[in-house]
Amino acid sequence: MSYSVTSPSVRTKWFAGILVVGYALITLMPLVWIIATGFKSPSDAISYPPKVTFEPTMEGYVNLFTTRTRVTEETLATVGEPTTWYERIVRAQGMVITGPSRYGERFMNSVIIGFGSTLLCMVLGTAAAYAFSRFRVPMKDDLLFFILSTRMMPPIAVAIPIFLMFRQLGLNDTYLGMILLYTAVNLSLSVWLLKGFIDEIPIEYEEAALIDGYTRFQAFYKVVLPQAATGIASTAIFCLIFAWNEYAFAVLLTSGNAQTAPPFIPTIIGVAGKDWPAVAAGATIFLMPVMVFTILLRKHLLRGITFGAVRK
Amino acid sequence: MAQIRIENVRKEFGDFTAVQSSSFTIEDGEFFMLLGPSGCGKTTTLRMMAGLELPTSGQIYIDGEEVSQKPASQRDIAFVFQMFALYPHMNVGKNISYPLRCQGVSKSEVKRRVAEVARILAIEDILDRPVGGLSGGDRQRVALGRAIVREPKAFFMDEPLGALDAEFREHMSQELRALHDRMGATTVYVTHDQLEAMQMGDKIVVMNHGVVEQFGVPQAIYDWPATKFVAEFIGSPSMNFLNFHAMVGKGMTSVSLSGTEFTVPEMREGANGDLIFGIRPEHIHLDDASSYKGLVIATEYLGTTQIVTFETPNGALKARLASSESITVGSQIGLTFDQRTITIFVAETGRALLSAGNEGALRNG
Repeated sequence: MSYSVTSPSVRTKWFAGILVVGYALITLMPLVWIIATGFKSPSDAISYPPKVTFEPTMEGYVNLFTTRTRVTEETLATVGEPTTWYERIVRAQGMVITGPSRYGERFMNSVIIGFGSTLLCMVLGTAAAYAFSRFRVPMKDDLLFFILSTRMMPPIAVAIPIFLMFRQLGLNDTYLGMILLYTAVNLSLSVWLLKGFIDEIPIEYEEAALIDGYTRFQAFYKVVLPQAATGIASTAIFCLIFAWNEYAFAVLLTSGNAQTAPPFIPTIIGVAGKDWPAVAAGATIFLMPVMVFTILLRKHLLRGITFGAVRK
Repeated sequence: MAQIRIENVRKEFGDFTAVQSSSFTIEDGEFFMLLGPSGCGKTTTLRMMAGLELPTSGQIYIDGEEVSQKPASQRDIAFVFQMFALYPHMNVGKNISYPLRCQGVSKSEVKRRVAEVARILAIEDILDRPVGGLSGGDRQRVALGRAIVREPKAFFMDEPLGALDAEFREHMSQELRALHDRMGATTVYVTHDQLEAMQMGDKIVVMNHGVVEQFGVPQAIYDWPATKFVAEFIGSPSMNFLNFHAMVGKGMTSVSLSGTEFTVPEMREGANGDLIFGIRPEHIHLDDASSYKGLVIATEYLGTTQIVTFETPNGALKARLASSESITVGSQIGLTFDQRTITIFVAETGRALLSAGNEGALRNG
């Protein structure tokens, strides 16, 4: 890749710098807010004007992971002194811990469904993209357009047919159902992105491998895949982000068993009061996997966004 | 080491026919050129021999075995690509040893053969380098190394010098030819460069529009083109074509161009109508006594020779003459033709008429 060779003037550099920093501040603000709120006490969280400095507490995180019940002074006296730091935090609110919350479970559901659908999407997407890129598929252009056309409406527009279909098939509130759904939504994007990446790999590599004694599948597996790794990684991020953050279908199609974290987090607010710190804590933890995944693969992601724009 | 025989091979891509019923034989140990303009079907023909495309119909024999429907991996051949197709994630040594490792050859044997190939190609000092930083020539050597290391029955090369700059091509083409002479393996080489084909090839097939136009040794093809296309494609400047209308009979030894009689090789077949008188630029001589006059319209100085363009009653003519001849643009000069090398074509089909000169040379499969 090559970039512009004329170096910008000092004034342009300053201007660009300020613009980038300003933009970063604006986009990071909600993130900072959420992370900070997770460590606030409930009263600090809703105080107006908002508090920038506050005394951090783990109350939100403890509340996120536990279920608690309010008890009378007499009962409290009978359960003895709290032995752990989180018990002390709960006791200070005049409550006792009755058990773990379902957040951990919901979070794991998100991991299974998010990563599961991403994996399935990559396997199917790479195979389809390879076929579209390399073979003479009848009506190739029509098929590709047809695949893309599934992205031309918001997926939620077909929520009712999908809901009815899932109910008939017994896929409601199952891992399989959610994995299939997210895979179906993501597949068109991944086929198109991956086809672009595979198109860029010269076909001679595979032909050389074919002549050297590999079968078509071995050539694909040992020659094409390593070179498409960048593209696969960046496509995987796009797919994971969608599946991870998806809310509407999760609300509609999951409840007791396969519910993911996004529809669960709002329920933390609960009936007892507005426990914003616990909600913020839940959101913060929920953000982490995608954030880490994205930071790890950010170089690939950047290339993924700009691919095709630069002739190498 | 093997003979390769192509019989009535045809390839269609949907409605498009890339190769129409080609037949020719490549003898064991030959350096064989597939020559033609882009889109003529030469690369498709090569790819069918290699097994990268399967022919729609026809047979391909390698070493006597019919392989036309077999995958590339079962044909025991090596292919050198124009863009080298070195694996970017492997170093030079790994690239060369890759085909051997594919076939599960033992480690010590792999090492021995890679060392030998590196010695032949003089690339021993770069075996540990990544392929990314190599020059075009070294990349091509590595690609050759990957082909040689397998000791295959035949080498197929698809414009292997196409990606190199002109100066280096010359050098690599000599190196390739020397390598072939040392190893003696059958080599099929695709090129669109007629000079390259003439320089390097033992035998040439000239293709156009998916049809084999002519097949033979370079000199026969140059001297006795079977079609007007071959005459035009080979040689620079190409053969001259003078249009005339006449009846040519079997056994005739001269034809008349605008009233001047020219001796030609004895005709072995006759034709009537629009004909073309084909003469190579170097076979045109100046002769004041000749009644056939040309008007000089341009001269190009090329050092030892010059190319002079004449306007004649039968069309434009380019002659390659010694630089010592002083020629003025605008003058009328008498011309004679070297009678041994004249070919007469039928204007409509472009086919050369059989004569005493070309009857042994015209083969097109």
